[in-house]
Amino acid sequence: MIILMNIHYNVKKVFSFRIDDNMSISPQDLHQPLFSEVEVTVETAKELGLTTTEYESICKVLDRIPTYTELGIYSVMWSEHCSYKNSILQLKTLPRSGGRMLVDAGEENAGLIDIGNGYAIAFKIESHNHPSAVEPFQGAATGVGGILRDIFTMGARPIAALNSLRFGELSNDRTKYLLKGVVHGISHYGNCFGVPTVGGEVYFDNCYTDNPLVNAMAVGIVKVGETCSATADGKGNTVMIMGSSTGRDGIHGASLLASREFDEKTEDMRPTVQVGDPFAEKLLLEATLELIQSGCVTGMQDMGAAGICCSTSEMSAKGKSGMTINLDYVPLREQDMSAYEIMLSESQERMLVIIEKGKESIAERICAKWDVPIKAIGNVEDDGIIRVFRHGKKVVELPAQSLVLGGEAPVYVREQKKPDYLHTVNQLPEITIDPSQHKDILLGLLKQTTITGKSWIFEQYDSQVRTNTVSIKGDAAILRIKEIDGFGIALTTDCNSRYVYVNPYKGAMISVAEAARNVACVGAEPVAITNCLNFGNPYDPEVFWQFAEAIRGMGDACRALGTPVTGGNVSFHNESQRHAIFPTPTIGMLGLIPDISKTVGAGFTESHAIICLLGKQVGGLEASETLKMLTGSIAGDAPYFNLDEEIRLQKAIIRLIREGMILSAHDCSEGGLATAICESAIASEIGASLQLPCEENADNLFGEAQGRIIISVSKDRVELCQQIADEMNVPCVPIGLTGGNDIHFESCTLSIKEAKEAFTHTLQNIMS
Amino acid sequence: MRFGIVVFPGSNCDHDAFYATRHNAESESIMLWHKDTSIPKGTDCIILPGGFSYGDYLRCGAIARVSPIMTAVTQHAKRGGYVLGICNGFQILTESGLLPGALLRNSSLNFICKDIYVRAENSVSPFTNRLEQGQILRVPIAHGEGNYFADEDTLNMLEQQGRVAFKYCDVNGNTNLDSNPNGSARNIAGILNEQGNILGMMPHPERCCDVQIGNADGLAVFQSLISAAEVLI
Repeated sequence: MIILMNIHYNVKKVFSFRIDDNMSISPQDLHQPLFSEVEVTVETAKELGLTTTEYESICKVLDRIPTYTELGIYSVMWSEHCSYKNSILQLKTLPRSGGRMLVDAGEENAGLIDIGNGYAIAFKIESHNHPSAVEPFQGAATGVGGILRDIFTMGARPIAALNSLRFGELSNDRTKYLLKGVVHGISHYGNCFGVPTVGGEVYFDNCYTDNPLVNAMAVGIVKVGETCSATADGKGNTVMIMGSSTGRDGIHGASLLASREFDEKTEDMRPTVQVGDPFAEKLLLEATLELIQSGCVTGMQDMGAAGICCSTSEMSAKGKSGMTINLDYVPLREQDMSAYEIMLSESQERMLVIIEKGKESIAERICAKWDVPIKAIGNVEDDGIIRVFRHGKKVVELPAQSLVLGGEAPVYVREQKKPDYLHTVNQLPEITIDPSQHKDILLGLLKQTTITGKSWIFEQYDSQVRTNTVSIKGDAAILRIKEIDGFGIALTTDCNSRYVYVNPYKGAMISVAEAARNVACVGAEPVAITNCLNFGNPYDPEVFWQFAEAIRGMGDACRALGTPVTGGNVSFHNESQRHAIFPTPTIGMLGLIPDISKTVGAGFTESHAIICLLGKQVGGLEASETLKMLTGSIAGDAPYFNLDEEIRLQKAIIRLIREGMILSAHDCSEGGLATAICESAIASEIGASLQLPCEENADNLFGEAQGRIIISVSKDRVELCQQIADEMNVPCVPIGLTGGNDIHFESCTLSIKEAKEAFTHTLQNIMS
Repeated sequence: MRFGIVVFPGSNCDHDAFYATRHNAESESIMLWHKDTSIPKGTDCIILPGGFSYGDYLRCGAIARVSPIMTAVTQHAKRGGYVLGICNGFQILTESGLLPGALLRNSSLNFICKDIYVRAENSVSPFTNRLEQGQILRVPIAHGEGNYFADEDTLNMLEQQGRVAFKYCDVNGNTNLDSNPNGSARNIAGILNEQGNILGMMPHPERCCDVQIGNADGLAVFQSLISAAEVLI
């Protein structure tokens, strides 16, 4: 941060600056020469994270040397975080429109899905990995705040939040500190803001020790046609900043912190982490929605990464307009902030709003009601140029298009190379497991941090506020939509990154399929995804190969399942100690439930019901939790997966639930079939006796082959149920009976009590 | 029967209280703004809803206590009008001195959101007259500071005067350490003022008034108020 120290130039002198009542800047001022606080050279550019080539293209685009503030703007706008320069060519291969989508991916702050009856769901997932690694509480809290703003900027009221987390092993004290901090951060922000946190997932693997992943998803509801766009248009309209004042927090969060690997200097980056204020965000939410309702707003964008410079340039570029901004009007926390600092600040809880000329007082009145500051800082122009003034000096004069994706922002074709590690990793080690070990393995699995019950975490989140939460106990969260009688949605996040690590193409397909399967298991039709793509350094050809393969798998699965990508976020540079994290393309899935009374949970509901396995039984311990637990290694190929079978399976389960055929449904995932059965039994404390139609060996009990769902069916429905499955060409085989106080396999018996103890207390014991 | 729900800027259970009273309990319900200085005539019960009134960066409810609407709420209570404080509303009531005691950090030091059981200790108050003495309700809690504290004399007085409305218990009605989610003195989940027209409780009855979301146990609290108001009329 040496650069920031050097720019305390003399700003005390007050310059004469002519502004009329409408805040427009006089023609003389518009044409005054540009002022640079610091002399800019290629070295300055490098310190800000730009490459020599990028610096040269900037000079070429401008036909001059940029000012220091302009260089700062390019450094953030051309960072991967804002420009997707390394990922866009791959992202464009995904299905990004069609179906129920009301806006194409990347067009607005969040995806928008038509759910019928005049309503739409806005949803998006975003990472806040690097800030959370440095400062877990604020990092996670502002991650939640940022994604909520993306939702309500569009005019949608947030109705749910989810999160997908990855940490190192909990034997490490720092990991415990990170988990505690992240959970407190999410809980602090989401609970106070008043959005229910209804779902998520947490995995533990060594590769995330220094670089945990915090992916936050938010979901909102809005009437179709009442959304607000992130566009600036209409010359003369007023540009206003609303919400918190601007401070020095978070400067270069996007370009430096989020766009590099962790090393011994990372701790020094703590000042680049923003500080969140959920109460301010709650006020901003109410004021924003009321503003949009009032009809005085023509466009709006929240300020997250890269603050004012990102919102002004993206809105101008989208509206093909331009802006004149006078930074002297921006409410500041510290008065001596430079143009550079104001433009790049990532202070939270702020919005950039375009107000129709003459309607400023409406906006001011609404904001006064909610005690939210609002201030005019400039005007919309029509020449495509962003001009920024500070203390009477013109410090920025840039074509908006030159800053953004689709304009002059660079797009790179990155080198790819199939990683060497796959040769060794794809060898499945020989292990022999005697049936006498089954009980210990099963109890061990229930205690594995990735599998074990997460109540210590999710009980810290308010999961019920807004009284729409129907269930958070099934494979996906179920919410009712009060606005549409009897209608509901299902939500989940998913990604088993071990599968992606051993086979990025297949692993990414599995992520999408499992997310879809989870919403299907509560009776919802999967309709669209949002993705959060967490990878290592894209300049490493092996990492980039993982990325490209994962995108290819995701695209194929999304097309086959009919769930287009509505948007999301790319997070590169997730590495530590020279190791990349497992490639982790997290999927957030939305499903629709036309009749909320027709859903099921994961737990058994009654004794004497028949347990059936829906889907094809395939054994094998590839990349399984069991293999990790017994050998410490993640090895083999990704588990068995067949896309066609998967589609049939999901259609069958949805139909069975909607026709009221079954009592419960739970998919087989980590820990395999035996673990899934234990989880269904523990949930309701109803035991089970199993008689598998296959050999009861470890491969079959603990293998993680995809495309299998454990259902329970009352006796009088079994035949009908099998008939329907048969019609849909999906195997449905009885494998046992519910009831009793034990979970009884032929090779081992667990009491519900011991299974429950292992499942419910492990995490709490570790964390307290 | 008309409920008036106070909207503090950081209230987030205001919509829920509105929906529970209007749609589930099928009575009249209006929103009151925290900057208001009077309560519309004909308002029978004021609800101080859950949330984080003014951010609660100081003690929960400490700022709300001095908000303009609270003067009017106090006057309403002095006239014998009903006041129901839920969660943050309970915290505001103890901060205002309308109810005795205080709500401390949960003994786990964590925010807790889950369904718990409470036992009705009082079946005659305006808030509990539709309940049997000892009736067990499943109600959610969602708070970081719900650990009820008062000195021994106050606790004895509350119990003797029948002013403990609800106690945390297990599914069978046992009140013990295991069924106490937050460390509250004597498992206290809700208390009444001396006149019996103010109830503060940490659990959220407004969150469980609807079988569509799986639980309607809380509806009895609002139905009790409706019955009480009818008697008055």
